[in-house]
Amino acid sequence: MSLQTMISTLSSGMLKSILVYVCTLVGALPLGLFVAFGRMSRIKPVQLIIKFYISVMRGTPLMLQLMVVFFGPFFLFGIRTGSSYRFAAVIIGFVLNYAAYFAEIYRGGIESISRGQYEAAQVLGYSKAHTFVYIILPQVVKRILPAVTNEMITLVKDTSLAFAISYAEMFTMAKQIASSHSTLMPFVVAGIFYYIFNFIVAFLMERCEKRLSYYR
Amino acid sequence: MNLLEMKNIRKSFDGVEVLKDISLSVDEGEVIAIIGPSGSGKSTLLRCAVFLETIDGGSISYIGDEAAAEYNGAVRYASAETLHRVRGYFGLVFQNFNLFPHYSVIKNLTDAPIKVQKRPRDEVFEKARALLKRMGLEGRENAYPHQLSGGQQQRVAIARALALEPRILFFDEPTSALDPELTSEVLKVIRQLAEEKMTMVIVTHEMEFARMVADRVIFMDGGVIVEQGDPDQIIKDPRHARTKAFLNKLDGGLG
Repeated sequence: MSLQTMISTLSSGMLKSILVYVCTLVGALPLGLFVAFGRMSRIKPVQLIIKFYISVMRGTPLMLQLMVVFFGPFFLFGIRTGSSYRFAAVIIGFVLNYAAYFAEIYRGGIESISRGQYEAAQVLGYSKAHTFVYIILPQVVKRILPAVTNEMITLVKDTSLAFAISYAEMFTMAKQIASSHSTLMPFVVAGIFYYIFNFIVAFLMERCEKRLSYYR
Repeated sequence: MNLLEMKNIRKSFDGVEVLKDISLSVDEGEVIAIIGPSGSGKSTLLRCAVFLETIDGGSISYIGDEAAAEYNGAVRYASAETLHRVRGYFGLVFQNFNLFPHYSVIKNLTDAPIKVQKRPRDEVFEKARALLKRMGLEGRENAYPHQLSGGQQQRVAIARALALEPRILFFDEPTSALDPELTSEVLKVIRQLAEEKMTMVIVTHEMEFARMVADRVIFMDGGVIVEQGDPDQIIKDPRHARTKAFLNKLDGGLG
């Protein structure tokens, strides 16, 4: 197999990896905020449920979680999932897992903003919603950006875990080609792909950080 | 004209009574300085006045608008709309400024008047620039808070409070976070406001300043008002033993 055909075969996997990546971020970044609210809720049961959810998500392997999401509906409830469910299972698994991590990052950021900011906003007459969206959140975003970048980089590599449920992303394809053609070349290509992907992510995030460096 | 009427205010934190039946009335144009040792409840009194703390007993009203009152032994606060309107009557300057770090100086001043009070942009900006000039901050409107000294930040905070055109301005130890050299520039601004007959209630540790700027000095200790009256009399010739002890200790610290 020539390198060219290999890369063109792998490229469909690359696109799928990128798709998983983008969908996970689109789902997990906002969901994490709601999870963070739940975690900080004054309603004790809500707080406990969210705490439990976060501890399970962080305390068990993501690979296992993907398998539970994919096989669970059938083995637990006897539901026959269609063929399109594989992709959905990947996204559900990743979003649920990453939302938990993002939630804790958000919580750390939100709790690091001084009470004085809320108090000043209250005395100036801003509503609670306006205070959070325009005064607190921008400051939170600036503070959590390095931690979020970390997660975003980890996610690039974690997309390869989708091979556990045979989703045809980059790494699954590479493994298939490697075993059928008994060559390690696909892994080299995969490695380069992940590295370039992450290089771009890191570059973009650094630019975001720079854009927010106008204040302290 | 009476602007603020606080009656029989009681406030506890975790069962510890911090304010014990305190009443405070502020007339238009009056400058009141509240002094006293730390833990005496003076900051708490101020924070109750601006609704940053809820009172456990007593009543608060601004210009006849009842904000909180006691019914059958329980304090009830007015509706959200009433409280929102009442918040427009006062401004607060914090010990550590609490400027919004991601807003430029001019945005710190203009954002609330535009977004909260819905006043016309042009008028708000014009007024904000005039305020900055009065505060000696001309040309700093596009700076961000972290680029300013503590004294400048506090003057921006004062301007921010004034931009909402409050009837009464509260100061919670406005110079306690500042170096002595920066303190004087903030005190100068407050003194200037006093000359312009701005109604102010100032919690402060600066005795000399209190004596010069205030129409009335209130000495608080242990959650009660020990004595109040003419600044010269309170600070130079206090009647109560506790006031004497407090002022002596301060003098001792200086000597």
